[in-house]
Amino acid sequence: MIGIISFFSKWVIPFMFMIIPLLGWLKGIDVYEAFIDGAKEGVKTAVRILPYIVSMLFAISIFRTSGALDLLVQITSPVLNFWGIPGECIPLMFLRPLSGTGALGYTTEILNTYGPDSFLGRLVSCIQGSTDTTFYILTVYFGSVGIKRFRHSVFAGLAADIAGFIMAIMMCKIFFQ
Amino acid sequence: MLNFIWTFFIVLGIICSIIMGKSGEALTNAAIKAGQDGIEICLTLIGVMAIWMGILRIAEKAGLVESLAKFIEPFIRWLFPELPSKHPAFTPILFNISANLLGLGNAATPFGLKAMEELQKINNRKNTASNSMCTLLVINTSGLTLVPATIIALRSATGSKNPAEIVGITIISTLTATIVGLLADRFLRNKFH
Repeated sequence: MIGIISFFSKWVIPFMFMIIPLLGWLKGIDVYEAFIDGAKEGVKTAVRILPYIVSMLFAISIFRTSGALDLLVQITSPVLNFWGIPGECIPLMFLRPLSGTGALGYTTEILNTYGPDSFLGRLVSCIQGSTDTTFYILTVYFGSVGIKRFRHSVFAGLAADIAGFIMAIMMCKIFFQ
Repeated sequence: MLNFIWTFFIVLGIICSIIMGKSGEALTNAAIKAGQDGIEICLTLIGVMAIWMGILRIAEKAGLVESLAKFIEPFIRWLFPELPSKHPAFTPILFNISANLLGLGNAATPFGLKAMEELQKINNRKNTASNSMCTLLVINTSGLTLVPATIIALRSATGSKNPAEIVGITIISTLTATIVGLLADRFLRNKFH
C-alpha cells in the first residue's frame, strides 16, 4: 500500500506536466502563452509575500536564539515528564509550529545522536511528521492576500498541533516501546 | 493578533537573552540571517509558483478546471459550506489538499496561495479572515499527509534500516490533528468575528 502511494506520488507531477499542456494543445489553446501568463501572476504572488516571510523569520529567529525557548522547555519539562513525555522531544514540540527548518534541524540532531531506529529516533520522527509549521503557514497565506485579523485560526491550528503530538507520542509508546 | 504575537516574540526574546546572559552580537546576527533565509525561501518559491501557476492557467483555459469543479463539488461543499457553487477556488483547494496528501509540499503552497486569492475575492471584510480561509489554513497547518516525504528522506539519510516504518503513525497523527483542527475551527468560528 505504502509502495503504491509512494510510486504514485513520484509520478503524479510529471504526468500532470504532460497531460495538461497536451489537453490544452488538443483543444487549440496557445499553451505557451497561457503558461507565461500564469507564471507572471505566480512570480507576483511570490514576491508579494517576501516581507511576510522575512518578518516572521526575523521574530522567531530572535525568540529561538535568545534562549527563551530553552526557558520555556525548562519550565514545562516537569509537567510534561510527569505525563510520560521524554525530555528530548519537548523542544521539538515547541519548535514544530514556529520554525520548519529549526524543527528539522533538531530532529536531525536527535536522529544522529540516538539513531533513527531507536525509540527516541522513531518518536521524534513521528512528532516531526505529525503536523506542519503553523505560524509560518498562517503568516504567508494570510499575508499574501493582506489579511490582518486571523480570528480563531491560530487557536484551531495550535489545537491541531497539540492533538497531533499527543497522538504521535501515544502511538509510539504503544507500537515502539 | 499577529501584532501581539510578533511583538511578544521579539520583546520576550530580547529580555530573556539579557537575563540568561547571551551575547547581543549573536542575537543581531541571527536576526539579520533571518532576512537572508527569507530571501532564499522566496527565491525558491518564485520559481515554483511560476511553474505551477503557468500549468494551472493552461488547465483553466482548456476548461479542465471547470469540469473538475463539477466533479469535486460535494467534497468541497462539505468542507467549505460557504463557497458558492463551482467557485474558481475549488480547483486550487483540491490541488492544495492533494499535494499535501501526496507529500508534495513544494506544489501545495502555490495552490494554497491561489486558493487564498480566490477566497479573498468573495470576502466581505478584506482585512479579516473569512470562515473558508480559516478552514483552508487549518487543513494546511495540521499537515495532513499520506507520504511524510521529508522525514522518510531524513531517516534514510541518517542510516535507518526501515525509514518508512513511521508512516502508519504519522498518517494517524496528522489525521487526528486535522480532525481536531476542523472541529476547533467549526466550534470557534462563531466566537471570533
